[in-house]
Amino acid sequence: MAKGEAARPQRTSRRKAGAGTPAGPDMVQLLTPEGERIERSTGANGVEYSVDFSDEEYRGLYRDLAIVRKLDIEANALCRQGELSIWASLAGQEAAQVGAGRAMRPQDMAFPTYREHGVLYCRGIDPIMPLSLFRGVDQGGWDSDKYKFNMYTIVIGAQSLHGTGYAMGINFDGKVGTSDGEAVMAFMGDGATSQGDVHESMVYAGVFNAPIVFFVQNNQFAISEPLERQTRVPLYQRSSGYGFPGVRVDGNDVLASYAVAKHAMDHARTGNGPMLVEAYTYRMGPHTTTDDPTRYRESAELEEWKAKDPILRMRSFLEKQKVADDAFFASVDADAQEIATDLRDRVLAMPNPQPVSLFDNVYPHGSPLVDAQRAEFTTYHASFEGSAH
Amino acid sequence: MAIETMTIGKAITAGLRKALENDPRVLLMGEDIGKLGGVFRITDGLQKDFGENRVIDSPLAEAGIVGTCVGLAIRGFRPVVEIQFDGFVYPAYDQIVCQVAKMHYRSRGNVKIPMVIRIPFGGGIGAVEHHSESPEGYFAHTAGLKVISVATPSDAYWGIQQAVASDDPIVFFEPKRRYYEKGEVDTSLTVATAPAMHRARVLREGTDATLIAYGPMVRTALDAANAAAEDGRSIEVIDLRSISPIDIATVTASVRKTGRAVVVHEAPSEVSVSSELAARITEECFYSLEAPVLRVTGYDTPYPAARVEEEYLPDLDRVLDGVDRAFGW
Ligand SMILES: Cc1ncc(C[n+]2csc(CCOP(=O)(O)OP(=O)(O)O)c2C)c(N)n1
Repeated sequence: MAKGEAARPQRTSRRKAGAGTPAGPDMVQLLTPEGERIERSTGANGVEYSVDFSDEEYRGLYRDLAIVRKLDIEANALCRQGELSIWASLAGQEAAQVGAGRAMRPQDMAFPTYREHGVLYCRGIDPIMPLSLFRGVDQGGWDSDKYKFNMYTIVIGAQSLHGTGYAMGINFDGKVGTSDGEAVMAFMGDGATSQGDVHESMVYAGVFNAPIVFFVQNNQFAISEPLERQTRVPLYQRSSGYGFPGVRVDGNDVLASYAVAKHAMDHARTGNGPMLVEAYTYRMGPHTTTDDPTRYRESAELEEWKAKDPILRMRSFLEKQKVADDAFFASVDADAQEIATDLRDRVLAMPNPQPVSLFDNVYPHGSPLVDAQRAEFTTYHASFEGSAH
Repeated sequence: MAIETMTIGKAITAGLRKALENDPRVLLMGEDIGKLGGVFRITDGLQKDFGENRVIDSPLAEAGIVGTCVGLAIRGFRPVVEIQFDGFVYPAYDQIVCQVAKMHYRSRGNVKIPMVIRIPFGGGIGAVEHHSESPEGYFAHTAGLKVISVATPSDAYWGIQQAVASDDPIVFFEPKRRYYEKGEVDTSLTVATAPAMHRARVLREGTDATLIAYGPMVRTALDAANAAAEDGRSIEVIDLRSISPIDIATVTASVRKTGRAVVVHEAPSEVSVSSELAARITEECFYSLEAPVLRVTGYDTPYPAARVEEEYLPDLDRVLDGVDRAFGW
């Protein structure tokens, strides 16, 4: 996409395409699928986007992309081998997540879905953290505020309200309005945008001018349902109904994803209120390891998107710019392998929870009912001791 | 007689197919129920055969599914909605409790909402949070809703058809971990002649104690009764089938005979279906009881992580332990 095209007026697409509303000239892009750099790109919100990275920083982004994909492949393998009960792969969405994750500042807060492994990694969090959930050892178990990364939310759309409330709190605490202000990024998929909770969160965010960015990864599917089951307009245009700006970015372009996310977060932290970012991307794998996409999508479509692969794109860019050589790529691969192997080892070493722990943490102040059941449970299980049970 | 062997899951599919064939006003709505056939494949092939206006992939919004189906029902359709998993019914809870349940009462009988809300429920499948819950109590507590649960392929096949044919709104709980269990279905019956779902059923006769269960725990109760028989105990097993209203006459007839009652379900015990049963049995069978009504249920905690769910769920040993306690009283 050439930069001049970006200024075209917004149009409502009525096309019934296989993969939802087509990405048009209203999409911010700084790197073509072939890895050509576009200097500047103007979003549908009228903002001109660009990035100014050092060679080192470009290489760093590639490294992030390669590592989060490798970790994802490892998790898929662990699941196939029965070491995880389920896995929600981020394959195809690495650029959107690395861009968003790297655009967040340490003081910012993330409200993820169950697929934000790449954001988590870029926030500097140990990738082992969510794997206990997917292994069935616990249901998350981390301290959201400590990591500035809320627990994974499985109920579609709920976290959008939580993010909005947290952002309202930032306002009430007066931590907004300067370049060092705080902001929130709430993540969701295209399907989630249909939920009442998401609608309500955008109403609240607008009304309370909350410092939040709704980062929608439009991966074209909600399990089997294509985007046109959720919307007749490009998702980023929804924001205008709530009174804040929206922008669509090429979610397979890490540079554009970063630029747009960074600008949106700064917009929020400096007191300008919410923004909606639609990262236009594609779910390359199944919805989760239990899904069978052959039932509902054509393999030709997947092939088409493989040509837009976010990692290959960044690699061609680095090669064309001579910013990285074979030795660099080999060292990234080796590092990724090492991190993945270490992850595997630690997953396999994860102890099973003590059964009696299921009674823990039901209430901060405890409950006589739960205490009584815990005692019964202990006595009951002790009665089997020594038997073959 | 035309006996066919099928799984519980396939029996629901076949029953839905019949319902769609029998009445052009029946329609299905839910997430991923079209091309995918639902995440459990219960609607497999139905959209292909009945079209996109009768088997509708909904946007991802449960309040939307149930709320628009209220409108469709007012318009004269008979909607059957699928909630993908038990833990995802709550966005629709307001529509179910305030609208589906109360429209008939509010309209002085003028407006009927003949809706069926299908919910795969219960645990034991090694899933992550929100995929293993037993929320039947929330609905049973609401006047205006009928709540049933099936445990056999025959009830799955006929029960879903009866539910669709009924003008009452029905929350239809499907034992997801038993979808693949097989049994016989007499397909030559009719909706009118098949065993009515508002009646409980004695699945196994016995003289010493009564085990009362529904949904996925019926199988567990039957297994426990068989194991207890080896110890010389004769256990009667009742499949409750209707959770609200409860067919108390069938239950009390059994308990008067056996003198002992143990209720089994996966849901937590506090303010639950078993609380209700214990109260009703005690009121009506007080002088026949050899022991208080005992309960074997999930614990009063959130449904735990998959690696401890076996300890959370009632199983054969816990049910037998309940029976032991009833005998040892
Ligand atoms: C309230 C609710 N309803 C249904 C589900 C089941 N479910 C899990 S993921 C999913 C699709 C989500 O699609 P989308 O929001 O586009 O995100 P993606 O998974 O594609 O990243 C559904 C229907 C759920 N988790 N929560």
